[in-house]
Amino acid sequence: MSSLTLDRGRPVTDAELRRRADWIRLQTIGLIAQAGLGHYSSTFSSAELIAALYYRALRLRPGEPRWADRDRFLLGKGHVATGLWPVLADLGYYPADYLKQFGKVGSPINDHPNMKLAPGIDFSSGSLGHNLSVGTGMALAARLSGRDYRTFVLTGDGELQEGQVWEAAMAASHYKLGNLIAIVDANGFSGAGPTSQAINIEPLGKRFESFGWTVREIDGNDIPAVRSTLDELPDPAAGEPVVIIARTRKGHGVEFMEKQPQAWHLGLLNAEQYADVVAEITARMELTK
Amino acid sequence: MTEQPTEKKMVDVFSDVDRETAMTANPAGYAVAELGAEDERIVTMAADMSNTVADFIAKFPERYIELGIAETNSVSVAAGLASAGFLPYIYSMSPFGMLKTAEQWRTDVDYNHLPVRLVGRLSGLAMGYFGTSHYAVEDIAIARTMNNTTVLSPGDPASTVSLMRSTADLDGPVYIRIAEGVGKVYDQAPEYARGQWPRLRHGGDVTLIGHGMGLGLVAAAAELLFSRDSIEADVFDAAYLRPYDEQALLASAGRTGHVLTVEEHSVVGGLGSIVAETVGRAGLAVKLAQVALPDVDLEVGVPAELYEYYGLTPGNVADAARRLVGR
Repeated sequence: MSSLTLDRGRPVTDAELRRRADWIRLQTIGLIAQAGLGHYSSTFSSAELIAALYYRALRLRPGEPRWADRDRFLLGKGHVATGLWPVLADLGYYPADYLKQFGKVGSPINDHPNMKLAPGIDFSSGSLGHNLSVGTGMALAARLSGRDYRTFVLTGDGELQEGQVWEAAMAASHYKLGNLIAIVDANGFSGAGPTSQAINIEPLGKRFESFGWTVREIDGNDIPAVRSTLDELPDPAAGEPVVIIARTRKGHGVEFMEKQPQAWHLGLLNAEQYADVVAEITARMELTK
Repeated sequence: MTEQPTEKKMVDVFSDVDRETAMTANPAGYAVAELGAEDERIVTMAADMSNTVADFIAKFPERYIELGIAETNSVSVAAGLASAGFLPYIYSMSPFGMLKTAEQWRTDVDYNHLPVRLVGRLSGLAMGYFGTSHYAVEDIAIARTMNNTTVLSPGDPASTVSLMRSTADLDGPVYIRIAEGVGKVYDQAPEYARGQWPRLRHGGDVTLIGHGMGLGLVAAAAELLFSRDSIEADVFDAAYLRPYDEQALLASAGRTGHVLTVEEHSVVGGLGSIVAETVGRAGLAVKLAQVALPDVDLEVGVPAELYEYYGLTPGNVADAARRLVGR
């Protein structure tokens, strides 16, 4: 078990990945109910991305979380860690019992991820704007040590308002880090409102292109698009870092959250809403079985 | 032809040209070139300060990572490198090192216990008349609140090399504050044990403690006090500011009853605060005094003049000690 490697491009159907994304949503609402408060809609916009990364694209060794040749995944938008915890338990990074401690004092897993506490977390996050820099360091380390792992960094779109992101974007293209992949969960909203009403971040593709990045722009809640984009990443030797601009819907997968994504950035479902969400998601999962 | 000024002038602290040997002019750069030969995990970065690691770059060009004038990015990139097994040394101008990157240092390096080293050159008032934007007199106050960071402030070139060597294998973050306005204090640097303060002189009348340029000042002041007034000072090198030598401090303070701290740092949050907090917690009845920079808007000028203006001179330190002991 300890040396079992999950390779890149594992066989999984699109239907299974769709169900996995919905499973992540169900697990998320359960964990948030346990903790008393949580980030629903921004986790839901990322669910298909996390499902495709962890159940198909990333090269992993759950029994050996610090394996030097693993692909790295950094959760720049650390507030969606709630959606990642059940995935790491399911893959065997830690016992499912960890999930019962979520939100409690002394728990290794909390609202934002801590690499010192939770197996499978490649780097801590919570302070927006840092992780693309950290990922740049990991990608440089891969080159310096002659390893072929890839480093993936999932950022929010509001996070791109942090200036440090663009310092990292400059450095990554300067060093031709083709082994670095940024994924922007472009759900259009930050904590306080529509992202580009606060400070316009568009046109994102052109901005990254002008910084020397290869740009892929996709529907980030569409499993075939996410899967095929991750399957067909450019050869790192091409020498440009890659950004996947994943156009997503904040609150995706739950109708009333999609209609009011802002209201569900941070909150707690009441019992009736909880039952409605479970019913909506499970009905969809049954359909795709 | 205009008359040449005779007063003190700005010294070129940006290049090592005409500044003795690399060892004395740029000990932190000298040390990392030596350490780099012994440990392939060591990589360096320098935010527009590559001259300070020129020797390292010449020897190990593939292990120097140029990131431009981007200190915050440098700290987070270094954290990523350290998480993958490397030992990054970041060289910066002090005001743009610990001060500008405090949050990146805390969140990415300190909280994660990663072995990144931040070397702050040109600390304190070293950049003098360039203006207060270029001062770093609050960096120790910030650095010493970081739970896992070792904070060092060597007081002479040989001890800079010694301290960097003794922390080279440390599996955790290190902040190394470099004072530029220091001369030789040690013929041979002491062996620094972690968190311990070497004693330069034994005495029972007053405890004098300094770090950075403060070390040379307390050593010189102790000579003056003894030769002129037969005041015997107990003198310590506080190069280790975190962890620090609580045992030596309390033993000496309890014996002399008077402690004077000297530092090219704000009176707030530095060595003076460490001493006050420690003797206060221990409940010792001890008289304390500080020679340090006031917590007001600082004047701008040539460093050598600023040091006199703010009393960072052996004579003023000796005077402060005399006032403290009432002689």
